[in-house]
Amino acid sequence: MDILRRGLLTFGLLFALGAASGVRAEPASIVVASTTSTEQSGLFKHLLPLFEAKSGIAVKVVALGTGQALDAGRRGDADVVLVHDRPAEEKFLAEGFATKRWDVMYNDFVLIGPKSDPAGVRGGDVVAAFDKLAAAKAPFVSRGDRSGTHSAELRTWKEAGVDLASVKGDWYRDIGQGMGPALNTASALNAYLLADRGTWLSFKNRGDLTILVEGDKRLFNPYGVMLVNPAKHPTVKAKEGQAFIDWLISHDGQAAIASYKIEGKELFFPNASR
Amino acid sequence: MLQTLEETISRLATLDRDVLAIAWLSLRVSLTAVSIGLAVGIPLGAFLAVAIFPGRSILVGLLNAFMGLPPVIVGLVLYLLLSRSGPLGSLGLLFTPGAMVAAQAALATPLVAALTRQVIADAEAHLGEQLRSLGLSAPHRGIALIYDTRFSLVTTALAAFGRAISEIGAVLVVGGNIDGHTRTMTTAISLETQKGDLSLALALGLVLIGLVILVNAVAATLRAHAARAYG
Repeated sequence: MDILRRGLLTFGLLFALGAASGVRAEPASIVVASTTSTEQSGLFKHLLPLFEAKSGIAVKVVALGTGQALDAGRRGDADVVLVHDRPAEEKFLAEGFATKRWDVMYNDFVLIGPKSDPAGVRGGDVVAAFDKLAAAKAPFVSRGDRSGTHSAELRTWKEAGVDLASVKGDWYRDIGQGMGPALNTASALNAYLLADRGTWLSFKNRGDLTILVEGDKRLFNPYGVMLVNPAKHPTVKAKEGQAFIDWLISHDGQAAIASYKIEGKELFFPNASR
Repeated sequence: MLQTLEETISRLATLDRDVLAIAWLSLRVSLTAVSIGLAVGIPLGAFLAVAIFPGRSILVGLLNAFMGLPPVIVGLVLYLLLSRSGPLGSLGLLFTPGAMVAAQAALATPLVAALTRQVIADAEAHLGEQLRSLGLSAPHRGIALIYDTRFSLVTTALAAFGRAISEIGAVLVVGGNIDGHTRTMTTAISLETQKGDLSLALALGLVLIGLVILVNAVAATLRAHAARAYG
């Protein structure tokens, strides 16, 4: 039956095509679950080629909020997590999903808002600024995505004695997205928001926004790196993952972090203790 | 807006090898997914068109509804299946192009099957009597009708390709948008939008649309050529 044969041949071909393009030999590689701030600020694009050239290990970065990144580690979907939310990291350690945390670098959060600053928050005190924002019900964009930045924002409301649940209204926009979308939203609404300095510096669609509060030591934003515990997930590539961590905290890795600049400004400050 | 457009056009000229690699990955993943969709969907659609069995209309209704399967749900379910802690975790497919192929194939297959069923059912209404009088069994009738409607099925394939290459919800979740590995056109556009680089995002969007037009043009040319040769 000619038609039958031709039909079968066609399907066979299609299958072969599908199989051929799906299979590919891969060099050694690890999956790093990290935060949108490190990806969207361009830091990884700067660091990874340096590490890959030295070690021959390909690093695949999945950029998520800190909370999601840690969850990916908990499920065993990542070999290494690089995040910035100290309490959440401590919990991850306590649960046994990692056995050690290393300091890598820090940057800081900045309070961004319209140049005209209608709520009058400009200055060096972030807690006072948040107090004024709530009092003025000034438009504010929240990440709302369990990210490190979101945690820092919630901590600051708490320190300012603002009970979000009771004052939340139209002015408080909880968008549930990454740093970039939050900045885009704030830019469109001319709203205030808390951002990490790295993403802000590399962000291009600023509109009328500017930095209003910076330099408060409560805005300190440390990043930690952890190897997912191979005892919990045997599939974790412990040797390669540890090699990446060792490089990050080595002299070379730390120098590479310090050398990443946008418009002449350093975005992340290495602080590994070694 | 005008300024963004101007920037977009100048960015188009400077698009580099990275963009080509991303476009190539998108094309490869979507074509593979559509191939799987056709291989499964066409026989399934033909079967539903010619076979008569209880519950067929429910199955057809369900299949038609699945044309509207939300990509992000497909992504989520596949994520849970492919996660290292999930039932298929040992395959190690999560965050690989293979996972994205699986996700897009899951979206393409019901679309192909539903459209094929309709095309073949219509052809059967015309030719079924004739084929039956030749003494052909149901499977043979199905194959004969697939052959007869092959040019209409090209449009089905193109619809499936359009659904696959333009979706982002599923590939973002199961692929992870990893630079140089699972970054597709749609996830790259989303990332550049998030970074506030709207002109680059728009330039990438134009490349994606160009790609879709190109694939459609190739299909149309092949079909015209084949129709002349075998029509």
